[in-house]
Amino acid sequence: MTKFLLPLILFLALAVFLFIGLSRDPSEIPSPLLDKPAPAFNLPQLADPQRSFKSEEMRGKVWLLNVWASWCEACRDEHPVLLELARSRVVPIYGLNYKDERRDALNWLEEFGDPYTMILVDADGRVGIDYGVYGVPETFVIDRNGVIRYKQIGPVTEEALKNRIIPLVKELQK
Amino acid sequence: MRRALSLLALLLCLWPAALSWAKEAQPLADDPVLEKRMMALAENLRCLVCRNETIASSHAPLAADLREQIREQMRAGKSDQEILAFMTARYSDYVLFRPPVKLTTYLLWFGPFVLLGGGVVAQYLYLKRRRERLTKEQPLSEAERQRVEALLGDG
Amino acid sequence: MTVVPEVGQFALTLALLMAGTQCALPLAGAARGLRSWMNMASSAAQAQFIFVLIAFGCLAYSFVTNDFSVLNVATNSNSLLPLNYRLAATWGSHEGSLLLWSLLLALWTVAVTLFSRQLPLELRARVLGVMGFISFGFLLFLLWTSNPFTRLMPAAAEGRDLNPLLQDPAMVIHPPMLYMGYVGFSVAFAFALAALLGGKLDATWARWSRPWTTIAWSFLTCGIALGSFWAYYELGWGGWWFWDPVENASFIPWLVGTALIHSLAVTEKRGSLKSWTVLLAITAFSLSLLGTFLVRSGVLTSVHAFASDPRRGLFILVFLVVVIGGSLAIYAWRARSVGLGGKFELVSRESFLLSNNVLLVVAAASVLLGTLYPIFADALGLGKLSVGPPYFNAVFVPLMAPVAFMIGVGPVARWKRASLPELAVRLRWAFLVSAATAAVLPFVIGGWQIKVSLGLLLAAWIITTVLTNVWTRARGEGGFVKRLAAQSRSYYGMELAHLGVAVFIIGVTLVTGYEERKDVRMNVGDTTTVGGHVFRFDGVSQVTGPNYVAARGEVSVSKGGAELRTMYPEKRNYVSSGQTMTEADIATGLTRDLYVSLGEPVSGGAWSVSIFYKPFVDWIWAGAALMALGGVLAVSDKRYRVAVRERRRAAKVEAEEARAATAPALVRATTEES
Repeated sequence: MTKFLLPLILFLALAVFLFIGLSRDPSEIPSPLLDKPAPAFNLPQLADPQRSFKSEEMRGKVWLLNVWASWCEACRDEHPVLLELARSRVVPIYGLNYKDERRDALNWLEEFGDPYTMILVDADGRVGIDYGVYGVPETFVIDRNGVIRYKQIGPVTEEALKNRIIPLVKELQK
Repeated sequence: MRRALSLLALLLCLWPAALSWAKEAQPLADDPVLEKRMMALAENLRCLVCRNETIASSHAPLAADLREQIREQMRAGKSDQEILAFMTARYSDYVLFRPPVKLTTYLLWFGPFVLLGGGVVAQYLYLKRRRERLTKEQPLSEAERQRVEALLGDG
Repeated sequence: MTVVPEVGQFALTLALLMAGTQCALPLAGAARGLRSWMNMASSAAQAQFIFVLIAFGCLAYSFVTNDFSVLNVATNSNSLLPLNYRLAATWGSHEGSLLLWSLLLALWTVAVTLFSRQLPLELRARVLGVMGFISFGFLLFLLWTSNPFTRLMPAAAEGRDLNPLLQDPAMVIHPPMLYMGYVGFSVAFAFALAALLGGKLDATWARWSRPWTTIAWSFLTCGIALGSFWAYYELGWGGWWFWDPVENASFIPWLVGTALIHSLAVTEKRGSLKSWTVLLAITAFSLSLLGTFLVRSGVLTSVHAFASDPRRGLFILVFLVVVIGGSLAIYAWRARSVGLGGKFELVSRESFLLSNNVLLVVAAASVLLGTLYPIFADALGLGKLSVGPPYFNAVFVPLMAPVAFMIGVGPVARWKRASLPELAVRLRWAFLVSAATAAVLPFVIGGWQIKVSLGLLLAAWIITTVLTNVWTRARGEGGFVKRLAAQSRSYYGMELAHLGVAVFIIGVTLVTGYEERKDVRMNVGDTTTVGGHVFRFDGVSQVTGPNYVAARGEVSVSKGGAELRTMYPEKRNYVSSGQTMTEADIATGLTRDLYVSLGEPVSGGAWSVSIFYKPFVDWIWAGAALMALGGVLAVSDKRYRVAVRERRRAAKVEAEEARAATAPALVRATTEES
């Protein structure tokens, strides 16, 4: 008689998966770079394109790498949160200006404020690809050994900052 | 659009001259052979921004960047396998429209064929048992059977 | 500002009440044997249909009159939109398409009330009750989470426009066709549940369900084919099937529906496989519902999944669990009492049809597995992954090849007991001819390819076996033509649908084997040769459409020095949304399509142009059309019409008796029906 129950059992199992699926965001793809060394880069600085900056120089420090662009709407949403974080001086924020025009980027910072310790220019998006960036903004937390410990896909929200990023940074700084 | 319009104006001015240039159209890609190989590979990669499109067909800027990335790596002599490894290292298995065969995808890859095997076996057992049961329940002599069949026709 | 939207909303609320009545009273009446309650079913169903129709009409009116005070209109239409697309925009949004779903469900229900008067009262009450329950769920979903009449305060001055991708004739009729199929399976579902509930599951049940199922299947076939045809010419790169989750959501029920049609044949003719047929009837509609859930909940990302509201997803999931879980529970409870039916041997037409069922169901399960695997993997914490065309092609094609083989054998085999040696003798010519075709034809068409040869083998096998079958039936006493004319329409319907499969296979095989593509940069006067045709670029002009401006390329095509035609691919820019669309121009032909798609302006005044040569591509949709036509032909069979007439006469007698036997109030109800 169990054979007539089989379709029902299969369906209920399926329903459980669908229920779990409902609470997941299919657009969020976890980075395979998590807990792996952050890809090295050597990029010009936005403030002074003549000078370049190597990621190795961040060894021994915990830092945030925030990928942004002036054409990116969602970057505006997270900007106040980043400004607040910068004021608190908990952790240095390095900006990766992704596929942007220098002039536009500078104007944008002028208008909305500049939370960044330094901004690096990724004009052709190469470094973005190395970091697996697929939607701007994205934010990485990188530890003293240069390992990526956390990746925020999409805008950094107050909530993500308080519950995840700041506790993690404090932990890493110990 | 505006660019198209100005081009149009230009084209109209050059119309008579243009006809005299008639020649074989050049392929869009500098290296059609490499382009073909790139597209074949990009057909199997998922565009991350636009979701259900392939990197080959998507118009998203990231897809264009990744196509360029593939071209470069191909020019540098990388194999298709190496390029796929490059992609998955950055974007995870999510970029692959053909999921790799590994422990977590065994069900996906072998499930259908296991199901088919199970279905065939189940069908065979069912038919055999069913026949046995029916023979037990409604035994007919050969003569009876023939008569019934004649009555029922082939139908 | 008119009150039309409010009228619509009120009508929808009344429809909900009617659906509730249509569900509760007849089901309770059938359980308790109350004729008066059971008799309510038809009137309630018809009233429900009228109210949904009014609601739909109100929404359509709001779209046609550009009432941007309705949120749905403001987000999905625009005053520049041509009238036919404004009308189509009625079902272009999430809310509107659900309203269409409900309307078509009500339409099928009314059809059941009209064509099933001859059914036993109890059975009819149960069928309509089950359908009423489904209507109730969908109407509640509409009113509660997706109200199409929600007002926008203050009203928008202008609408945001319909997605340009949907501004297309095929997209106007694709959703109604598809939904007619989806929803049509609800009739077979309701019949199955009614039969299980009533405990009367016999060959008559199969005979009643069969035409409904076949017609729904024909609609679904058309709907899927239209969607595929639309993707082919509208998306601009000439693909026709992408194994997109939304496509799969419609294809899975189609596969199971195809299995159902075949097992219904066994159940009707031989009384066998009853519990399996019932399960398929439940599954086919359950998968339609599941498809709706997948598309509407946003649980799978897809271009089409425009509705992503967690409340909606949860509602449909709960509804799914109630409907599917409930019906499968009833199945588990009742199916054991279903008898085995007629005896048949391991080699018999019954067995072949069962094998076809196993293959189709395994194929459907595989497509479902591939579609849902990303959800499984994510839920189990195994990471995100994608399952795309390479997977589906690798799994689906090997499963379908044996089906094509069996299309040839099944119809030739005898019921009850067939003999393999005899089959081999009867089909030897068919086999030889198809093998020869597969060996030679690829060279003739465009060069040897093993895949092409295999595809042609299957197609030729189907065609030759169909011809063999017709030939065998026509030979003998009474004369060839007379015997041909004596064959039933349902027989010809079957053979036509099977030929459709062959035509489809030819299309798929040849276009994948021999298609050519060139991406070139073209200056005025430049030429390029694709698939033996010379394409000359004659420049770009600007044209203005009703709601777009376009750059229109002019490409003249010639073959062997003779001008064939001029093609006008466009790059459109839609004014209100600012979206750019590639509008390819296609020269359709019996043996090939020429497909020209205009790209971007490139350096030096040239344009990038993509040109495709697609041999036999239209055979894909022609094959689907033949399949659907076969279904329609089968349903028009004499025996259904005769049966309807006879049963109607019987029902009249029954009604007379009822009239004499029951109270005056009840008489009124019965008269209304007949």
